[in-house]
Amino acid sequence: MSGPGRIQRLAEKDRPSVRFHLDGKPVSALVGDTVLTAVLAHAPRLRISEFGLEARAGFCLMGACQDCWIWQESGPRLRACSTPLAEGMRLLTAPPEVWP
Amino acid sequence: MSENPAMKAARIAIVGAGPAGIRAAERLVAAGLHPIVIDEGSRAGGQIYRQPPEGFTRSPAELYGPEAGKASALHSLFQAMVADGRLTHHPATSVIALRDHRLHILGPDGPGTIVYDRLILATGASDRVAPIPGWQNAGIYTLGAMQIALKAQGLALGRRIVLVGSGPLLTLVGAQLVKAGAAVEAVLDTATWRDQASGFGDLLARPGLAIRGLGLRATLGRRYRAGVVPERIEANENGPIALHWRDARGRSHRTPCDAVGMGWHLKAETHLAGLAGCTFDYSERWHQWLPRMNALGRAGEGLYLAGDGARLLGADAAEVTGRLAASACLQDLGIAAPSVETDLAELARLERFAAGLARAFPWPAARLRDLADDTIICRCENVTAGAIREAVSRGADEANRAKSLSRLGMGRCQGRYCELAGAEVIAGAASCAAKEAGRLRPQAPIRPAPIAAYLPKS
Repeated sequence: MSGPGRIQRLAEKDRPSVRFHLDGKPVSALVGDTVLTAVLAHAPRLRISEFGLEARAGFCLMGACQDCWIWQESGPRLRACSTPLAEGMRLLTAPPEVWP
Repeated sequence: MSENPAMKAARIAIVGAGPAGIRAAERLVAAGLHPIVIDEGSRAGGQIYRQPPEGFTRSPAELYGPEAGKASALHSLFQAMVADGRLTHHPATSVIALRDHRLHILGPDGPGTIVYDRLILATGASDRVAPIPGWQNAGIYTLGAMQIALKAQGLALGRRIVLVGSGPLLTLVGAQLVKAGAAVEAVLDTATWRDQASGFGDLLARPGLAIRGLGLRATLGRRYRAGVVPERIEANENGPIALHWRDARGRSHRTPCDAVGMGWHLKAETHLAGLAGCTFDYSERWHQWLPRMNALGRAGEGLYLAGDGARLLGADAAEVTGRLAASACLQDLGIAAPSVETDLAELARLERFAAGLARAFPWPAARLRDLADDTIICRCENVTAGAIREAVSRGADEANRAKSLSRLGMGRCQGRYCELAGAEVIAGAASCAAKEAGRLRPQAPIRPAPIAAYLPKS
């Protein structure tokens, strides 16, 4: 799932960078970014809907709608809008292949 | 009044650290109590006065505009109470259930419980949304989300944004995005000029704010259109391409975009109030169910409500009702409480203003009832208007029965974003009022609780 990022940074751009992996590729975002911000800096969407053909990219950003849960290579999912990005995270926009 | 020292040991829990929760805590602390404040935010302030993460550098004036003074006052007040050990703060923590005077919480350290004697719920609100065909795609957000992205992360959620809906947040978010340098293509208000004029008299209860609203409109210039009917969101695999809409004269328009922000005022967050046993009444003004309470926010034995989770009156009223709820709590404990007369008078003025807003920016009930069968109403599980109508035709003319038959409201948001639109679809199909469609019963846990959090660490 590559493509231009969805977001446009308008302020607070002078923050140190944080490295993480998105769909296996090394990328970076900024200290203080949420997982949602970090992923959408590199992709237009976060995940595929389980119930339809369309993709999802979060909806409420305040932890109420649960639209932004995304996968990690290690298995557990994260609520992207309320989880701060951490160095070395390995995030996936699709379920890992081993997932039953 | 003689005060029993044991009363000061009363365990008071406050859920929410927005303006209502902070002012409630302040009043309890001033009376010598030590409240426990549980909040989903990493830092206090709530959504309206949300603080960016540590290390961000924009000033309060840049973040909160003319409300910077109020935001800073609340932030520093709360910080001081925490620093002085006057209250216990559980940040980034959700209350997922409550029963028998016990809150079940889930936070950074995993699950836990908090026993309380009295409970103040200041749970706030989320955007009230009215589905537009195509809204299930990536890149469709609430207006609140657009504002949170800007305030807490310094970004726009698209490079060509269209905002659609109605209510004070529509104009405010539009103006904030424009000022921050985002490309806002259009701000489409479903309220007509006639709607807006009908609320104007009551909006003059707060003349300064009414004038500020007009100033924000001026910032939007020709981007702003009133009396719009949104028709559909055209999208590809990466998100929206365009919003199709009709203007007040019925002419069709197609506005290219890569993100849409939508919202029609607010929906009170009442799941915990429901679990706590509150009775609910349907508010014709707000087109939603609100918990029954008295003027000070008493809603049951040892239960108090404040802020937008109780009545959708906005941030200033949240500070007032936070103080009132704390006063009611103190009165019930037999502890001398500050007078409530001034606050009650102020609240009456704020209520008049809010009534004006509700009239000026109405909920689009008729459009929802007419949505095509293939329109998705529940965004979590893609339940369509047609599936709901099918459930109604099988006898499910009530929200909880329709939930069982169609899964409307059974998804991960637990009905927060589909309940009200779903009620209109049910009511339309059953030829009754939205009130007759009833209210979804809340179910614990009210936030997703990963089972891993409850398994022993090995």
